[in-house]
Amino acid sequence: MEDKILLAHGSGGKLAHELVERSFVKPLANPLLAKLDDSAVFDFSGRLAFTTDSYVVSPIFFPGGDIGKLAVCGTVNDLAMSGARPLYLSLSFIIEEGLPQSELNQIVNSIQKAAREARVEIVTGDTKVVHRGSADKLFVNTAGVGIIPEGVDISGDKARPGDRVILSGTIGDHGIAVLSQREGLSFSTRLESDCASLGDLVAEMLNVSPNIHCLRDPTRGGLATSLNELAKQSKVSIRVEEEKIPVREEVMAACEMLGLDPLYVANEGKLVAIVPAEDADKFLTAMRENNYGKGAAIIGEVRAENPGRVVMETCLGASRIVDMLVGDLLPRIC
Amino acid sequence: MCLAIPALIKSIEDREAEAEMGGITRRISLWLTPGAKIGDYVLVHTGYAINILDQKEAEETLSLLEQITRLAEEAG
Amino acid sequence: MKFVSEFRRSELADGLISQIHRQSKTPARFMEFCGGHTVTIFRYGIRQVLPPTINMVSGPGCPICVTANADLDKALALSQVPDVIIATFGDMLKVPGSRSSLQQVKADGADVRTVYSTMDALKIAEDNPTKSVVFLGIGFETTAPTIAASILQAEEREIRNYYVLSLHKLCPPVLRAILDSGEVKLHGLICPGHVSAIIGSHPWDFIARDYGIPCVVCGFEPLDILQGVDMLVAQIENGESRVEIAYRRGVCPEGNQQALKLMAQVFEPCPAHWRGIGEVPDSGLKLRRRYQHFDAELAFNINPGPTYEHVGCVCGDILRGVKTPADCPLFGKVCTPQYPVGPCMVSSEGSCSAYYSYGGGLGG
Repeated sequence: MEDKILLAHGSGGKLAHELVERSFVKPLANPLLAKLDDSAVFDFSGRLAFTTDSYVVSPIFFPGGDIGKLAVCGTVNDLAMSGARPLYLSLSFIIEEGLPQSELNQIVNSIQKAAREARVEIVTGDTKVVHRGSADKLFVNTAGVGIIPEGVDISGDKARPGDRVILSGTIGDHGIAVLSQREGLSFSTRLESDCASLGDLVAEMLNVSPNIHCLRDPTRGGLATSLNELAKQSKVSIRVEEEKIPVREEVMAACEMLGLDPLYVANEGKLVAIVPAEDADKFLTAMRENNYGKGAAIIGEVRAENPGRVVMETCLGASRIVDMLVGDLLPRIC
Repeated sequence: MCLAIPALIKSIEDREAEAEMGGITRRISLWLTPGAKIGDYVLVHTGYAINILDQKEAEETLSLLEQITRLAEEAG
Repeated sequence: MKFVSEFRRSELADGLISQIHRQSKTPARFMEFCGGHTVTIFRYGIRQVLPPTINMVSGPGCPICVTANADLDKALALSQVPDVIIATFGDMLKVPGSRSSLQQVKADGADVRTVYSTMDALKIAEDNPTKSVVFLGIGFETTAPTIAASILQAEEREIRNYYVLSLHKLCPPVLRAILDSGEVKLHGLICPGHVSAIIGSHPWDFIARDYGIPCVVCGFEPLDILQGVDMLVAQIENGESRVEIAYRRGVCPEGNQQALKLMAQVFEPCPAHWRGIGEVPDSGLKLRRRYQHFDAELAFNINPGPTYEHVGCVCGDILRGVKTPADCPLFGKVCTPQYPVGPCMVSSEGSCSAYYSYGGGLGG
C-alpha cells in the first residue's frame, strides 16, 4: 500500500521529525537547514529585499513543472524584480492528509533542483498537515531574502516618458499549460509552463547598466495587468504594439479556442523591463544571450499623456485600451 | 458570438475526430458534419465541427482583397 | 492555407479601408448584430479607421446579454437541488440574476462546473452516476445544434443523469422585432457569421426584401468586417438591398443541413423573453415532447422566486441599439467589469464590456 502523509506527520512528534529529516532536510541539504534551529541565523550587509508568496496551483503537477518548482522560481523572481541577488528562502508546507509520500518526494526533488539552478538555499521551514478537504492536496508558502547591489534602485514608480518597454519572451505559456490539465477543458499540447528563475537574467542586465527603471514579472493577470500597475504607479501611459508582442502559435490557438486574450494569461518565467531609450538595444542584446531571454523584444514605449493608461496599437494601426484583468480568466463560447 | 476556430482533421474514429489548431490537439465531434474527411479544415465551436471550410472560397476571397489593395495603391 | 493569419494581414486592411473611404459618400448607420463582431470591431479599433459617413451601432446578438433574469434565476434554483451538478459555459458564471450569480452560489457550496463543450458535460455525467448533470443551454443557432447532438448522444450511450435547461434563442425573429419597433434607423446589417454557417443566408432575405436594408454575412477577423463594410457601402451607393455572403469560406446559402436536421429533431420554437426587448414569438427553443425527459425544468421541482430587475440599468436600450454605453447613468460609475450591474457589462461581448475594456472613448 502506498505511503501517505497522515495528520500525525504534522503534530510535532516522532513521525513529524522523521518526515522533516527524511523528506526535507536530507534532499535540501545545506548547513543552515541541517541545524534545525527555530530560526536560521546569518550575516549580511547592504540593502535587503524581502518577499513572501503562497502557492495554491491546481493541479500540483503540470506540463513543465510542479508546485515546488513554481514556489522556488516565483520567490526568486520576486526578489530579482527588485534587482536583488536571491540568497535564502523559507518553505512552509500545508499538506492535506492522504497526500502520497511519493508525490511529496517528487515535489521536494523539484524544489531542490530549482534551488540549485537559482543558487539559493532553503534555510528554514515548517510543516503542517490538515484534514482532508482543508487544503487542495498541497499549499506552499515561502519567504525570500536577497541583497541589492550598490547603485541599483528599481521600483514600479520609476518609468519615465521616452523609456522603452522590453518583454523577455513569449506570453501565456504557463497559464495555458495549466489550463490544458483542467477538467472540462481537455486539449492536448506540447506546450509547457515557462516556469524559470530569472535571477541570472537580471544580474546580466545589471551588468549592462544599473539604471533599469522598472522590472515586473507578469504572473497572475498577465502582461496587461503588470503594465497597468506600472503605468499607474509611475503616473505615465504605456503604448505597446500588438505585432511586436511574441506569442507562441499554440498559446494563440488555445486562447482563440477558449475565448481568452493572451495578454491576461499568467507567466512564470518572463519579465517586463522599462529602461532608458538610449540603453534599450544594449539591454536587448544582453537578454538574448541568456537562456530565458532568447525571445526578448522591445514591445513599446512610455509616454506622458493619459497617465495610468495602457494603449495598444492594433495591426490595423488603430488604438485600443488594454485594461487590467478583472476577476477570473474564464473561457467563453461567445 | 459563437467563437469558432479553424481546425485540421488529423484522424477520425466513429463520429469523433482528432483535430489540430495551431499545434494544440483536441477531440471534436463530427455529429454536425458527417461528411468531413481527414485533411479537411473545419470550424470548431464548443468542441463540435459546425461546417467544413472551403479552401477554394478562402483563396478567392484573399485574391479579391489583394486586388482591392492593388487598385488602392494605383489610385494613390 | 490555415484560414486565420491570412485574414489578419494588415496590408490587405489598408486597401479595404482606402476603398471604403473613397466610395462612401452617403451617411449610413450599420448594425453589427453579433457580439463576436462587436468584440472584433472594438479590439482592432475598426470604428477609428472608418470614414465619418459611417456610424456603427451594436445589436443584441450576445446570448448572455439577452438572457432574462427570470431564466437565470431558474438555473440558480437548479444549483440548489441536492446532488445536482450545473455544467455551464464560462460566459454565464458572473452574470447577476435577481439575487445571486452562478459564481456566488458556487462560492456558497453549489456544484457548478465550467465546461468548453457538451462533450465534457456528458463525460461528467458518466463519471458521476449518482448525481444529475444539468447543462445550461445558452446560445443561438450556432450552439443549439451542439446541445441537440448532446441529447442524442446521451440517448445512444444510455446516460440517464443528463439534463438540459434550454434557454436557446433564434436570431431572425428578434431582428424582425427590432426593425418593426422602428427605434433605430438602420441602413445596413452585418449578419452573424457562425449563426449563418448553420442557418445559411436565406433566413436574412426578409430584411433586404421587406425593409430594404442591405445585409452582408461576415466572418470574425478584422479583414472580414472591413470587407463586409465595403460591400455594404457598395450596395448603398448603388441603391441596392440584398443579402450577400462575404464569409464565403464558412457560409453557404443553404447552411448546414445536418445541423438544422438535428436541431429540428430535438427542439421546437417557442416564445422567448429577450432582456430589454420583451417577449418575441417563436424566438426560443424548447425540447420536443419526445425528448422532454431531458428537460431540467420538468425533471426538478424548482421555485426560482420573484424576479427583480436592477433599477437604472439600461442594458435593454443598449441591446436594441437605442442607447450607447456612454448614455447609461450607471456605466463606469456604479457598473464596471469588477462590479457589473447588467449583463452588457459582464459578458465579454456585451457592448458595455467592450466599450469599457477597449476604450470607447478612444473612438473604438
